[in-house]
Amino acid sequence: MTAPAIELKGISKAFGPVQANKDISISVMPGTIHGIIGENGAGKSTLMSILYGFYKADKGEIFIKGQKTQIPDSQAAIAAGIGMVFQHFKLVENFTVLENIILGAEDGGLLRPSLAKARKELAHLAKEYELNVDPDAMIENLSVGHQQRVEILKALYRQADILILDEPTGVLTPAEADQLFRILDRLREEGKTIILITHKLREIMDITDSVSVMRRGQMTDTVKTSETSPEHLAELMVGRKVLLRVDKKPATPGDTVLEVRNLRVTDDKGVERVKGIDLTVRRGEILGIAGVAGNGQSELLEVLGGYMNATGDITMNGATLPLIGKGAHGKSRRAAGIAHVPEDRQREGLIMEYAAWENSVFGYHHDPAYQNGLLMDNAGILAKAQEQMDRFDVRPPHPRLAAKNFSGGNQQKIVVAREIERNPDLLLIGQPTRGVDIGAIEFIHQQIVNLRDQGKAILLVSVELDEIMSLSDRIAVMFDGQIMGERDPAQTDEKELGLLMAGMNGEAA
Amino acid sequence: MDFLSLVQLLDTTVRLATPLLLACLAGLYSERAGIFDIGLEGKMLAAAFFSAAFAYTTGSVWLGLLAGVGVSLLLSGIHGLASITFRGNQLISGLAITMLASGMTVLIAQDWFKQGGRTPQLEGAARFEPITLPFAEALKDVPILGPVYQELISGHPILVYIAFALVPLTWWVLYRTRFGLRLRAVGENPASVDTAGVSVVGLRFAAVMICGVLCGLAGAYLATALQAGFVKDMTAGRGYIALAALIFAKWRPWYALWATLLFGLFQALELRPDLIETVIGIKVQGQLLGALPYILTVVILAGFVGKAIPPRAGGEPYVKER
Repeated sequence: MTAPAIELKGISKAFGPVQANKDISISVMPGTIHGIIGENGAGKSTLMSILYGFYKADKGEIFIKGQKTQIPDSQAAIAAGIGMVFQHFKLVENFTVLENIILGAEDGGLLRPSLAKARKELAHLAKEYELNVDPDAMIENLSVGHQQRVEILKALYRQADILILDEPTGVLTPAEADQLFRILDRLREEGKTIILITHKLREIMDITDSVSVMRRGQMTDTVKTSETSPEHLAELMVGRKVLLRVDKKPATPGDTVLEVRNLRVTDDKGVERVKGIDLTVRRGEILGIAGVAGNGQSELLEVLGGYMNATGDITMNGATLPLIGKGAHGKSRRAAGIAHVPEDRQREGLIMEYAAWENSVFGYHHDPAYQNGLLMDNAGILAKAQEQMDRFDVRPPHPRLAAKNFSGGNQQKIVVAREIERNPDLLLIGQPTRGVDIGAIEFIHQQIVNLRDQGKAILLVSVELDEIMSLSDRIAVMFDGQIMGERDPAQTDEKELGLLMAGMNGEAA
Repeated sequence: MDFLSLVQLLDTTVRLATPLLLACLAGLYSERAGIFDIGLEGKMLAAAFFSAAFAYTTGSVWLGLLAGVGVSLLLSGIHGLASITFRGNQLISGLAITMLASGMTVLIAQDWFKQGGRTPQLEGAARFEPITLPFAEALKDVPILGPVYQELISGHPILVYIAFALVPLTWWVLYRTRFGLRLRAVGENPASVDTAGVSVVGLRFAAVMICGVLCGLAGAYLATALQAGFVKDMTAGRGYIALAALIFAKWRPWYALWATLLFGLFQALELRPDLIETVIGIKVQGQLLGALPYILTVVILAGFVGKAIPPRAGGEPYVKER
């Protein structure tokens, strides 16, 4: 019987009082893809960091190919044949592909022979694994998908036969993700062992052979992928039954609330980010904007939210909104009935150092309801915040706690609660569930649908295609500052949307 | 302006550019590794004093040079400890070193030599003497080539030749060796170096120490070659001009040579206002020339002449993520 490629026995790691990993054991057979799934903060990344020598485990043993191995640093991990592809790439942007590949694995003190060797080796790897990248291209000129290939090549160049990928598809288009999975498939055929860390159930189901579920620092179960279901995995992750599909009735759209005509946005570097888009959002419907990050969706939200200048026409309930100069700011937008849950809650939605109750009124703190003569009615705000936190199930329900001390999901609930509470006509909501755990996702999605059912208009921007497809009543796809097309979610699929997101209009083809 | 004046002006330029070049290359190693160093001035000053003091006491300029480099290395070590090991603010650490050097040199000089914070005049073997290159005398009378060789190329102290030789050497180290590749990488994205199994701390300390050696050379040159002894605040902002030159040079060795030569020329012209007057017919204030390096640097930073992109991880202590 072959020894497992990796075997962890009783790994524990604590950061102060927080037990990040608790008595974790796992065994991965060579030539398989093993998924590790869990919510944010479940301890997946800590476990992999221990395996890659970033952290030292407090307790436990690591066996690589049956050999007990100490991994005090990354050097030792590389020597043991472990390669890691991080979520945020560890590449030098203004180096070439070749230079990045040899960095730390040079042969001798001079570069020339190392580069020549790497060039040959790269051609060989490209053929063997269908991993084509121009060796002389600068990293900063490569697409994200290609940068990821460079990371994989880096690991292979170091003779890794165990590859760990941390949330590899977070930054990829659906087409790029498919390509990545083909590569992983190929690596598996060649006998490599792959550990895939993700929070996306679909990826686990698509490609892994077996999967381990982590929750709150513990390994709750390890199962064969063929013998499980997404529902079962979600339940293991969260610890209770979770509704994966959003439960919603068909939309009954009413009057037009928001109308955008020929909107153009130029950023401070002089680059045109939004290139003349038109869209309409009506009462009682959710318009989802799909697209890979950086194609103008953020700018669209910022213009509507009142903190970026633009040209064009925007009307809200028939009244024209100023897009530039005086009057084009968040306060006047809120007065016009627009609420905004920004994409980056930590920078735009909250002040991390301030307490939850203070954050619960930001933007609306001028409201007479919060005043007590010249002073703010702190006691009143505190009581209201407490009530809000209870209703939105923010945990822990302590309004005096600073925003930074809440988990991502609970931070998001604080922001969503603040914005929804104002009873807006239009809710702008960007990346509502980025960095939010499954349990909270379910809750936030339900809030969005409820708001729609109350006859509000909702503009949803998300890079998660699943989210767009399950929430939206209409889907518009943005690419390169333009709307590539609009689709009915019932009559489209991921493939068609993926093509639109990559700038290819399926109708023309 | 006659030909000989021009050659003399360029000769002065070379002499004045040398400490700038050494300091600029010092800063280049440090900043390319991601450690900002505004303490170049302080290290040069400390090295200037200790090299002069030891050269005077021992009568050997070489022992003086060793002492200068030694103290500069010590200060570099402090900067490294503060900014690499303890992840402190690099600007504050650099500033502290400069202030420390500015005060301590005068204090110790007064205590040791009782000459009002200066060292005694250096003579003979306690100074770097000009080196006459072969055939300088013989070629003296050859038109054009003769004076250029004899005045401009020959007749400098050894440190000048070392400084100029360091330019191609630095280029070669940065772009042709493993050490250079890693050094540049650690200044751009230390995480890439760390995950490749190479020590970020080790690389950055190596860079900071090279910076120390070069600052030591620059300081020793000031006190034992350009001048004959240490006087209070004798670096006179050269450390900052070198930093300006580094930005002007976009953190590249060959550009650093041209930038420091240009700034050296300004300093040379400051000494010879009569030359400018004869050439352009207008009297130019010396202060204006002294300010030119800074003005040019601001122009560069404002993006008028291409873009100066500093090393991306510059100034940021490296903290391992997750």
